[in-house]
Amino acid sequence: MDEVVLSAGDTAWVLASSALVLLMTPGLAFFYGGMVRAKSALNMMMMSIITIGVVSILWVIYGFKIAFGYEADSPWYGSLSTSGLGDAVSELANNGGVYPIPLLAFAAFQLMFAIITPALISGAIADRAKFFSWAIFVALWVTVVYFPVAHWVFAFGNKVGDTVTGAGYLASLGVQDFAGGTAVHINAGAAGLALAIVLGKRIGWQKSPMRPHSLPLVLLGASLLWFGWFGFNAGSALGASGIAALAFVNTQVATAGAVIGWITTERLRDGHPTTLGAASGAVAGLVAITPACAFVAPWAAAVIGLVAGIGCALAVGLKYKLGYDDSLDVVGVHLVGGIIGSLAIGFFGTSKILGLDGLFYGGGTELLGKQSIGVALVMGYSFVVTLIIGFLIEQTIGFRVKSESELTGVDQAEHAESAYELAGVLKGGR
Amino acid sequence: MKLITAIIKPGKFDEVKSALRAAGVKGMTVSEVSGVGRQGGHVEVYRGAEYPIDLISKVKIEILAENRDVDSVINTIVKVASTGSIGDGKVWATPVDSVVRVRTGEKGEAAI
Repeated sequence: MDEVVLSAGDTAWVLASSALVLLMTPGLAFFYGGMVRAKSALNMMMMSIITIGVVSILWVIYGFKIAFGYEADSPWYGSLSTSGLGDAVSELANNGGVYPIPLLAFAAFQLMFAIITPALISGAIADRAKFFSWAIFVALWVTVVYFPVAHWVFAFGNKVGDTVTGAGYLASLGVQDFAGGTAVHINAGAAGLALAIVLGKRIGWQKSPMRPHSLPLVLLGASLLWFGWFGFNAGSALGASGIAALAFVNTQVATAGAVIGWITTERLRDGHPTTLGAASGAVAGLVAITPACAFVAPWAAAVIGLVAGIGCALAVGLKYKLGYDDSLDVVGVHLVGGIIGSLAIGFFGTSKILGLDGLFYGGGTELLGKQSIGVALVMGYSFVVTLIIGFLIEQTIGFRVKSESELTGVDQAEHAESAYELAGVLKGGR
Repeated sequence: MKLITAIIKPGKFDEVKSALRAAGVKGMTVSEVSGVGRQGGHVEVYRGAEYPIDLISKVKIEILAENRDVDSVINTIVKVASTGSIGDGKVWATPVDSVVRVRTGEKGEAAI
């Protein structure tokens, strides 16, 4: 076998993509922060920022090995050991084959996914979570949910010669998820639903108005997410390749389609296309194209985006009918968008790119069936385990703030800060 | 002495202020307020959920005036602030017992 030589171009792209994906988490902080009321804007943003702290540390201690180790040769987890990244400076990444990039570049890139996934969940419990309990939740959740699920989906095993050890269950089964429709979005969406159930509804939900306090912030956040998502999707090619370029183009057109899909739905249903709808549509499109971005043609990406924009715009109303306060629609956008995108591969996947045909290319239902297994397994596992972790925290250190703190605002109660000087009395003047 | 209080549409404020200055009114206190009257509110929609907004933004102007000026001040405000549509606001006057200018200690009409 020829020895693989490190590629400067591939390495540069993966490192740049890692930085792009990291930027998505502060972007998410703005997206979510603008959507809550002024009295809890800082807490909402801090829930994202703390995941960067907690998950980065856990990743270098043991997280990377649970997700991408192969020593245990298990389809369910990598290995229970320290990550040992300090010894890997001259190693190349091996994930179902050797890539011409450093293992550390791969580890950095995958870390950013492990950070944003729990951050996505925070939108389901806006305005009412204890900050310390949230930090504990993040540590537990990535350890028993994200790291293992990332192994199921993203770990193609260590390949030496023809022998592969430690490939993940869904990866070996042939479930296709290019950049995280199941591992990231369905995972976060199902967990968001579980936590919304554990923490319960906010005081005054559906009675008093809980309007977004700053739509410009929401739009800024959505824009940063869109920008960073090129790293998320095109970076998942793990190289500066044609597949990366395809993922890049598909990311753009699907998002465009979803913006149009969402605000058209609003125009027809409510009478006005809204800013919040455009920002939400963009995110719904990004979510839906994530698993499919390297497996479908650009025209199909546009259709997937359009369907996701319409589907998610309709799905966000479900919480009012079913009575759970998923405050910022983690379920309606990430779970529903993730399902739409993951199943879409079963319809639009084409052998020209993927080596397998979906239903619309005459490939029958085999691929769609596999995709459904991936969706169901990740959704079920994440929902049940998150419920357990959530209840454990609620019963021990408590997960929800006192009702008094909730009414005053979690910013003051949890952080002793206010996002804005609204009164103006102390602003000075002659 | 009277305290004249006017609640008007925010879009009419600059015009009213100019007219009052031209009419010789030297001081006023202005606040942004919200309230409800006959105008009713409007509905805003966020991700398909409708929020009725029944409090409407208005501007409140407070002016201390000598008794002989009260009618002309009120007339100026009413004339300029009127658009003829619902929600133009209200103006009223209430008696004031005493006024002191903080800097000089002057009292009564001399303090206005």
